[in-house]
Amino acid sequence: MKFRGKIIDVACLNHFTRVITTISKLTKVSVLRLTPDNLFFILSEKVANGGVSMWCELAQGNFFDEFQMEGVTADDNEICLEVAPESLSRALKTLQNAKALKIKLTKKHCPCLTISADLPTLSSVSRVVTHDVPVDIIPRKLWHEFKEPHMPDFDVSIYLPPLKTIKNVVDRMKNLSNFLVLEANMSGQMNLKIETDLVSVTTHFKDLGNPPWGDEGSQRDCEAMAQARLDIRKLQQFLTGQQVNPTKALCNLVHHSLVHLILLHEDVSLQYFIPAVA
Amino acid sequence: MDCVVTGGNVKVLAKAVQSLSRIGDELYVEPQEDGLALRSVNSSRSAYACFLFAPLFFSRYTTDSGHCFRCKMAIKSVQAVFRSLATLEKNVERCHVKLDEQKSRLTFTLHCKHGLLKTHNLSFQDSESLQAVFDKDASANIFKAQPRLLVDTVVHFPPSLEEVTLTVSEDRMWFKNHVEEDAEPSKSMLTELCLSSDEFDHFSVQSKNSITFCLKELRGLLLFAESIGLPISIHFDEPGCPVVLSVTDTVLEGNFVLATLSDDNNLHKNNSSQPPPPPPDDFMNDDMDSYLIAMDTSVVPGPSSRPEPSRLAAENHRTHDSDEEDGSEHMDGPPNKKFCSLFFGSVLPPPSQMSTQPITTQEVLASDSEDETQLE
Repeated sequence: MKFRGKIIDVACLNHFTRVITTISKLTKVSVLRLTPDNLFFILSEKVANGGVSMWCELAQGNFFDEFQMEGVTADDNEICLEVAPESLSRALKTLQNAKALKIKLTKKHCPCLTISADLPTLSSVSRVVTHDVPVDIIPRKLWHEFKEPHMPDFDVSIYLPPLKTIKNVVDRMKNLSNFLVLEANMSGQMNLKIETDLVSVTTHFKDLGNPPWGDEGSQRDCEAMAQARLDIRKLQQFLTGQQVNPTKALCNLVHHSLVHLILLHEDVSLQYFIPAVA
Repeated sequence: MDCVVTGGNVKVLAKAVQSLSRIGDELYVEPQEDGLALRSVNSSRSAYACFLFAPLFFSRYTTDSGHCFRCKMAIKSVQAVFRSLATLEKNVERCHVKLDEQKSRLTFTLHCKHGLLKTHNLSFQDSESLQAVFDKDASANIFKAQPRLLVDTVVHFPPSLEEVTLTVSEDRMWFKNHVEEDAEPSKSMLTELCLSSDEFDHFSVQSKNSITFCLKELRGLLLFAESIGLPISIHFDEPGCPVVLSVTDTVLEGNFVLATLSDDNNLHKNNSSQPPPPPPDDFMNDDMDSYLIAMDTSVVPGPSSRPEPSRLAAENHRTHDSDEEDGSEHMDGPPNKKFCSLFFGSVLPPPSQMSTQPITTQEVLASDSEDETQLE
């Protein structure tokens, strides 16, 4: 197994760091899957996560100037690691003015992702910083747990309102209730509702637009709302992590079952699944 | 004692108090003939800091000459006087500090703009003397750098990091985080930074070795030095002997004395007293990496792995250090390593000593109660 990547462009480094920082806010531990063309940050659905799962895909060519990898074998040309994104984020954040940043898979006291950078200095010798982030290699027999999730058979698919707006609403709703109902229909309407003994609050969004997936949703009554009751903290955690406005943000709802959030940036796509609670 | 601090020096005083608060919970105040000494020490006696403000720092400075006075007070109370440092500069014209021994009070009066007077009466306790004996000019390794260099170095390490290891060779200095031996090795992130001697104002190495000390306490000094803009000097000898970091100006002198890790146990591979070979600084050469990382192969560290700092044998300690260690408060940590407590003592300092140690000191710092101190 071998992996070596190099980032020279400052904007790419910045963007890469922001993606990793977003991931670090969503989960403490993530699986990193490396293929010749892509990097994936994956959180698989487990009881420990509360059923939440995440799939983040980066096209390596958009970030790295050099990218070489050799997987476990020629047939299984991938590398699967478990890493704490927070450590990566912390390492990258202070290296934003590096002349060049290199990431490689190494074996120090344990398998590590070694991030090393040359920082500019006033003297002739550049300052070298190295961070060794410990990782766990995931054996091939477990790789099936980290496959790309299927698009759920959704009832409603709708574009999200600006994330910042939703975040503000959800932050305030969190003070009142632990559960939030998200409902939407194919006419571009979405409601966020909470209900307690004393009060119920609903925020209405309209004219959001529905993504044109084809004719899957055409049989459905446009006004009919599909809804899912969510643990509000999970939705809040997702929203808190977002640092950049995505090019496209949409939500697929499976009635009483699942909320599937998809954020698309130019070179990164992030999918987040929040299961509904009773 | 009666003194007045004017203008920008109020902020300097406030910053000094703030950086002392990073060391310990109590501020030891000792007005001396040669200036006002403010000191602090941490509970395990492994870090000591002292700021000496010369009479010229003040617009007025009067002390009761011949009468040796010492007191201590909660440092939080003094910090409360200088709260909101950002506005201090703009609002405070001068600060008057007056000692009232009868009432055991130290009064801080801030004369602010628009005729506003803020008076703080802080009560103090009598205290034993607090002196650390050290001779930084005799250190084997002496460095001087602008605070920005060290601030930029320290930023790469997490704020929660306890200890950092500093290794020197004749033209390089490495900082890396120190991982406890008994901590799970696979869980800790390791960070290493290499500085070249070019980046320092002064770089003189007579003894190539490594020292490990607490980073948190260093940050206190960096805070002060960066805001005031003074270069920092670093002095050290061997592991086990304290490292002294200081800032100097014509009117003030600050010294932070931090204990360093000494390892009596020679279990580690580098038993020799030779300094470790410096880690290869050729990070541009990728071929050095260990190539195959299969899950079940054994570890063969490549040349890019970092050597452990050498552990010098116990006999390298000065004998009075070990006396002090026995008497000092016990350090946390596994029994095979301990921080040397700083040597607080009644040794008459030679004339070359820095002025924060008046020759009249004969006190031994008691580790527990004040009953044991002997008054002059």
